[in-house]
Amino acid sequence: MALKKNSSVAGNRYLKIFMVAFALAVLFPFSGSLELSAENFSVSDVWAEDAAGGEPAATEGEGADGESAEGEAVESNEWKPAPPPVLETKDYPLIPGFNSRMWVWYVAQLHLFFAAFVLGVPMFVWAIELIGVLSGDKRYDRMAHEFMKVSMTGFSLAASFGGLLAFLLFVCYPDFMSYMTSIFGKTMIFYAVLFFAESFFVYTYYYGWDAMDNAKMKKVHLALGLGLNIAGMTLMVVSNSWASFMMAPSGIGDDGAFLGNVWAAINGPLWNPLNLHRVIANVAYGGSLTAAYAAYKFVTVDPKATEDRAHYDWMGYTSFIVAMVGLLPLPFAGYWLTKEVYGYSQQMGITLMGGVFAWLFILQAVLIGAIFLSANYYLWCSLGRTEAAKRYYFMIKPLGIVIVIAFLMWFTPHTLIMTSTEVTQVGGTHHPVLGPFGVMAAKNTAVNTLILATFLSFQIFRRAGIKAVGDGFWAKNGTAIQVALYTAAMGNIVILGVYSYVIPASVRIGLSVPQVCTTAVVIILAMIIDGKMFKKSEEVSETKWGQMPMRSQYALFMLAISFTWLMGLMGYCRSAIRQHWHVYTVFRDNSVEAFTPTLPFAALHVTIIVVIFMALVFFMFWMPILASKKGKVGAEQKAH
Amino acid sequence: MKDLLKIFVFALVIIFGFAGYTRYGLPLIIPEAPPVEEKLSGDITMEQYIGIGDKIFNGKGTCTLCHSPVGGRAPLLDTIGSLALERLKDERYKGKATTGEEYILESLVDTSAFVVAGFGKTGTNDTVSPMPNVDKGAIGLSDVEMGAVIAYLQSIAGVEVTVALPSGDSSAMPEEEAPATIKLAESAAEAFIKFECTMCHIGPEIEEGGDMGPDLGGFAATAGSRKEGVSARAFVLESIMNPNAVIAEGFDADTMPDDYPARMTFAEFNLIADAILGVKNQ
Repeated sequence: MALKKNSSVAGNRYLKIFMVAFALAVLFPFSGSLELSAENFSVSDVWAEDAAGGEPAATEGEGADGESAEGEAVESNEWKPAPPPVLETKDYPLIPGFNSRMWVWYVAQLHLFFAAFVLGVPMFVWAIELIGVLSGDKRYDRMAHEFMKVSMTGFSLAASFGGLLAFLLFVCYPDFMSYMTSIFGKTMIFYAVLFFAESFFVYTYYYGWDAMDNAKMKKVHLALGLGLNIAGMTLMVVSNSWASFMMAPSGIGDDGAFLGNVWAAINGPLWNPLNLHRVIANVAYGGSLTAAYAAYKFVTVDPKATEDRAHYDWMGYTSFIVAMVGLLPLPFAGYWLTKEVYGYSQQMGITLMGGVFAWLFILQAVLIGAIFLSANYYLWCSLGRTEAAKRYYFMIKPLGIVIVIAFLMWFTPHTLIMTSTEVTQVGGTHHPVLGPFGVMAAKNTAVNTLILATFLSFQIFRRAGIKAVGDGFWAKNGTAIQVALYTAAMGNIVILGVYSYVIPASVRIGLSVPQVCTTAVVIILAMIIDGKMFKKSEEVSETKWGQMPMRSQYALFMLAISFTWLMGLMGYCRSAIRQHWHVYTVFRDNSVEAFTPTLPFAALHVTIIVVIFMALVFFMFWMPILASKKGKVGAEQKAH
Repeated sequence: MKDLLKIFVFALVIIFGFAGYTRYGLPLIIPEAPPVEEKLSGDITMEQYIGIGDKIFNGKGTCTLCHSPVGGRAPLLDTIGSLALERLKDERYKGKATTGEEYILESLVDTSAFVVAGFGKTGTNDTVSPMPNVDKGAIGLSDVEMGAVIAYLQSIAGVEVTVALPSGDSSAMPEEEAPATIKLAESAAEAFIKFECTMCHIGPEIEEGGDMGPDLGGFAATAGSRKEGVSARAFVLESIMNPNAVIAEGFDADTMPDDYPARMTFAEFNLIADAILGVKNQ
């Protein structure tokens, strides 16, 4: 036993040494040459250095280094930024029977689905593991481990699709990639090398889970998880810089020629809004997919295995909460991104929200509405886990009516800003009766109502099985104060919404801020009051995990599917908003496929992509099940 | 297995449900094809040049994204040809133009030279325009194309078109791209017949007409007040180009053809609008 302990300690020591050495090996190559955050970093120096055969480029007055034997200046040694080429259709490689654009679209979207999943999951896995360590409750640890198990196949698939995408881009769009690498070449190498760090962290984090499950090594394990998240986040922001550059290029001259400062090219106007939006969306998306996994297990597990059902019910609930935590702030990150799009180019902003893409946002409202409806339905079903929740059943119907009305108002279109031809195609600009519900005044009111109603459903669920005890002020008056809070907030939101109709548009936009603040204040205050109310509480009836109707799990599936479809749609939107440009305003797409797809065309292909993705997700879900079956067979064989 | 099958079916119903809603629940808008540079021959007429300006204004130039009665994001330009000289005298004007034509050109390539009150970027006190320079970036109009737009704007304002026709420089104007012959109506009466207005309307310059559409005889008196902030001529323009935008009481939507933007030239619209509004031409 002692020997075993000693060898374990020695093993841990070696593991630590190895990890430090690996981290140094990964970071060392970048310590000198790539100072991404430095304002004065200049790729032109690096290129000039390369052109001079590894020697520093000659500068004025340096003499012989910059001159040939004949004393003439060697101009070829000077790096000169080149504007993007003006391409013709014949410049794009044509492969018979192979549609470059469709292939890139499909593979890029599949890569993004898996990448979002495997970047989002480790974030909340790490948080759940930390909760488990702090609370000492091993159930959290088991759940976090299982989440990682599910995502492991996702890492391989994300990397495979990423590799395929890179090859496709270089094969199908060589001139475009040449231009992009001339600006972002160094960051691309950094990105590729960072994969080693990501791989190191993900494998040591996952495979070291059991080995490090002791008081001493748990901290190291958490550090590995942190490293995994940092590596993943860095990968994401680096690749985001390429995408945001294509939408809103920076660090280049009027002719599109790179000015030499790679940081200026990275730090474009849309980079940070895109980073924030994707981080939050990744968490929401990761939560929705793991919720679907838990639902899948809940549905397929042996009904007699009550412990397993309880575990997967709890897992589904936790994933669901993670998805909601990501979903609620997501619209605000989206607003910031759109605001920056307008700030960068009003023309792009109007095309996005009021032009040819305007109907897309009605579709987006339908999808988000579907997410809210399924979320609320799941919460109402969750009340069935505890007997005492019956006292809240009377609230379900009014909440349902409010949510459906708000949802209908949200996706009612009003006036769409279009060209005269588009107006003709649409058959008018607004509906005479429903039109007033389509303006932002109604939409802001509807969205805030939706969020508040969903939070109220969540609050009901949380207190379903408990009651406050004692004679304290909050225990006695907390609920009444919360009712007053909700009533006042709804009154404020509706009054501001109605008032918005009678004031100029410029003032109206400003009113959305107090509406959002009202919602945020209610959520925060209601949580604080809950904390005070139930500081001393008793269980009225036991929460029976696993006691959920089967149909509730379909709400979780709907959540995941709606999220996925929505991501596919917005992926099309973000990319198509560039219209006929590879890099907006500077590098035109003159390929035969340089058209903006119609919404039904895009929807059809998004649908096919989602079907392919869902098939792969079932494969991903099946992998850990297969692995556990092998384990059982092995154990049975050993027993014999 | 049965449960798995149910999940599959459920997932497919949801996924295809979204696609179906998009296909059958939303109107189909066909985005415009990527713009191409207008190719002009050296012997085009001014009317054709103005027609090209009309096409650019409503298409490649993306001007109507903002300069339209619907959007309200930028001032309407139907009178800019006549307003230009007044703008030059405005104390807020900081450009270098001396003529109306130069002013409009300056508005296209140096958009902050004069910003109409209420249309500047937020927080700039109307000193910075949100409009991009149209000779650069995503729009990227050539000099010849901008000339066509200026000619079009001067024309719809009813002022003299001062823009010179493009020269026959062979490098800029491929010979093989001769413009198609356009048979233009030369009078309001011809225009009404050409566009089959007489099938449904009666009114000035229409000897015999139908009654499926409103009588155009009273249009001159009411057009200017039908829509707040929309001039009579702009209202006529909208009524022709987007016939369902405002439906006169007692008449049905979707009965008037909606393809005039593609068929009618500016000059023909002017003939019709002048007749309807009772404008007497010299």
